[in-house]
Amino acid sequence: MSLAQIVIFAVGALLFGALAALAAREATGRLRSLARRLRPWLMLSASVAALYWLQSSTPIRHLDFWLPTATLGLTALVWAATLKPRPATGGRRPDQAANPATPDPRATAITALVIAGIVALIASTRYVDALCCLTPSRPPDIGAVGVALLTGAGLCVTVARLAAQVATRRAWLDAALVTLLIALFAALKTEPLTAGLSALLRSFAGQSVGQASALDMRWLGFSYIAFRLIHVLRDHATGRLPALSLREFVTYVVFFPALTAGPIDRAERFVKDLRGWDAGSDAARAEDVAEGLRRILIGVFKKFAVADTLALIALNPVNAAQVQWAGWAWVLLYAYAFRLYLDFSGYTDIAIGLGRLFGVRLPENFDRPYLRPNLTMFWNSWHMTLANWFRAYWFNPLTRWLRTAGGASLSPSAIIFIGQTTTMALIGVWHGVTWNYALWGVWHAAGLFAHNRWTALARSRQWGAPASKWRALALNAFNIALTFHFVALGWVWFVLPDVGQALALFARLFGG
Amino acid sequence: MTGVSTWRIAIKAVLLFVVVNVMFALTDPLPTIGSLSAYNAVFPGRPRLPYSDFPDRAYNLSLHNLNAMFAAHEIAAGPKPAGEYRVLLIGDSSVWGFLLKPEDTLAAQLNATQRILPDGRRLRAYNLGYPIMSVTKDLLLLQHAMRYEPDLIVWLVTLESLPASRQLLHPIAQNNAGAVRALIADYRLSLDPSDPRLLNPSFLERTLIGQRRNLADVIRLQVYGALWAATGIDQDYPDYEPAAIDLEADDSFHDLKPPVLRAEDLALDVLRAGHQLAGDIPILIVNEPILISTGRNSDIRYNFFYPRWAYDQYRVIMAGQAQRQGWRYLDLWDLVPMSEFTNSAVHLTPGGSRLLADTIGAAILSAPPGRR
Repeated sequence: MSLAQIVIFAVGALLFGALAALAAREATGRLRSLARRLRPWLMLSASVAALYWLQSSTPIRHLDFWLPTATLGLTALVWAATLKPRPATGGRRPDQAANPATPDPRATAITALVIAGIVALIASTRYVDALCCLTPSRPPDIGAVGVALLTGAGLCVTVARLAAQVATRRAWLDAALVTLLIALFAALKTEPLTAGLSALLRSFAGQSVGQASALDMRWLGFSYIAFRLIHVLRDHATGRLPALSLREFVTYVVFFPALTAGPIDRAERFVKDLRGWDAGSDAARAEDVAEGLRRILIGVFKKFAVADTLALIALNPVNAAQVQWAGWAWVLLYAYAFRLYLDFSGYTDIAIGLGRLFGVRLPENFDRPYLRPNLTMFWNSWHMTLANWFRAYWFNPLTRWLRTAGGASLSPSAIIFIGQTTTMALIGVWHGVTWNYALWGVWHAAGLFAHNRWTALARSRQWGAPASKWRALALNAFNIALTFHFVALGWVWFVLPDVGQALALFARLFGG
Repeated sequence: MTGVSTWRIAIKAVLLFVVVNVMFALTDPLPTIGSLSAYNAVFPGRPRLPYSDFPDRAYNLSLHNLNAMFAAHEIAAGPKPAGEYRVLLIGDSSVWGFLLKPEDTLAAQLNATQRILPDGRRLRAYNLGYPIMSVTKDLLLLQHAMRYEPDLIVWLVTLESLPASRQLLHPIAQNNAGAVRALIADYRLSLDPSDPRLLNPSFLERTLIGQRRNLADVIRLQVYGALWAATGIDQDYPDYEPAAIDLEADDSFHDLKPPVLRAEDLALDVLRAGHQLAGDIPILIVNEPILISTGRNSDIRYNFFYPRWAYDQYRVIMAGQAQRQGWRYLDLWDLVPMSEFTNSAVHLTPGGSRLLADTIGAAILSAPPGRR
């Protein structure tokens, strides 16, 4: 998101907030009710439009239109797969609008039409030069868009019918969709596969296949969207997913503040905010607005003033090869460590602030991670929503399985080792399927395992806390410095794609 | 937080924003801010003035804040050491060292061989060259450099830096319009102080918002100091096309046509102003080496820049002017062989730069100019 886009979103949200505040003071309550009904539609429309607006351009013809459309299609498909069978008695229950245990077909149709209408409207800007274009390049022909929308709708209906049938078939459907999302994710994160996908799309578009590059496939927010969808499918498979209307579901998955850099919210938490907002609570609105603006300002300062300045001198593959002195190599590494944190947490602040302006409390993603005295606490405060996701959908199921069926003969420490190593390696390759990201994950896994064993040893030897306050403070400061430097050194793997260059930089950092 | 306090905060923020912007426009603090520098304190000073169109590759950037430029230079490191014979080199990109590493520039080559003057002082040259040819830009930099107590100024010029019509094309001159106007007035230069190329920022352009780019440049210059210190790199070194040897059959020089180049076409008054500005500090004017082509149409032109008729007459004018004015003048136009030029007819290779340094160094030592 650029600064201008953030300002436009914030001004839009503030205008809505001001109107909602005015509505709250209106005597009859009709405007208040209108504001309450309008808000979810506004959030949906803004999110769908933002999906196209924030998508970066790609050299493949019309791809910057089709990628957001594919996001919407995938989202609708997953929603259809998570539908609960309608009760045999049929009919609409009185509480359905407020808490749709089973989505109302009429509301679903209206939502689908609104989404399709927005997409068609965006596509039609191709014909109006003065308005063209919300997308980075001219959208495709409206006929092609119509065919795509109808095909998507047909697929969703088919999947919804399949989902309404027996439970075993629903489980297969969930598994198939999870596999599809993981396959897409892997294809987008593995450079040769991404380049192959680009070549395929270029051949469809009648463009030069020889110029295909992994950089052609910049799918806005897919890393986050895929993980939200997998979370929904897994929770659906385990029966923990609440019933969501299409409108709620799409808004949750593509909520615009969290499109570009997360956080990865949970559907049941998000929908509570979506349903619970009350235009009449003036004090709560004022607090939301004040807090939202505060977070946006903090985020803008972190990202655009500090992180972008640090980016000028942050470690990168070029300057890593040029740096001549160990001391300055450390400076570049520190600059990278703080740049990464401030950039990412700045974006998170902006996302949380924009969410607050709409009355949505997105989860925190960072909690002073560089001030943590051990690596376990670091990972409880760095990219928290991603770490929680992996904890919930990989680490916990895997270790549970290893303790029981799969590896009953393994010692607890072996189970922890396997769980931590695979989890961290997966978190690594979430950023890209390359050796350096995998090594970064393994580096952290080694650190986490070492900390786990150290803690177990300290517990078994009954090492207590230092007797004096000053010793405790000194020990805490030492631990913070140690943890920070372990994390900072880990960024060497993260930032340098060539393992040999990373090893050379380690040698340089330690005076080699 | 209540709605009322939110509004109060918003109103205070807007008021503060307006006050800060108005104060910024009224006080113009950028020159003062430019003087505050991390160079020569946290980072080593740069051996040449900041300049680059590719900051992310050069760890350097072009800006218009003279205070910031000089504060980043090693010349601002501290008081002049005792026993130093301080030589300031001013001129264009050939002096600055385009495509040359810091250790290969003219100043660095002059310093590489420890040159001791008869009175025991050690010659120490400082590179104050700055790309793009204009003697008015040189005069502006010289005025700023006088505070660093030079013992000798070596001013390298070439015909391209002298056409009167081109003097105000330089962004440094355009963005320091007040200082240029003062020079025009003080030394009665034949330049138009109301020339529209001299920028007159409006009130809004002088506010913090209007000056944000210039402020950001000063900050970025400081930040790039870390990479300068870490890598020793201050320039991008792209692959380049060698300077043209085969030339167009064109005998024009800018808007001038043969056969006569008049002294009035050249900004010789700027050179005279330089001498006045330097006072009793001697100036050695050097006609810098140019590429002398032997390729196609070399009977018409010496190189891409110069038709023979114009350049030959320029040399005669310069020699005559130097003699009449009593300037110390060194004409080194044909010193460097064709093979020792890089991408332009004035940019030298390290070998060419060494040759020039040896000649200028010898000239300084053979008759070290004392204070006049």
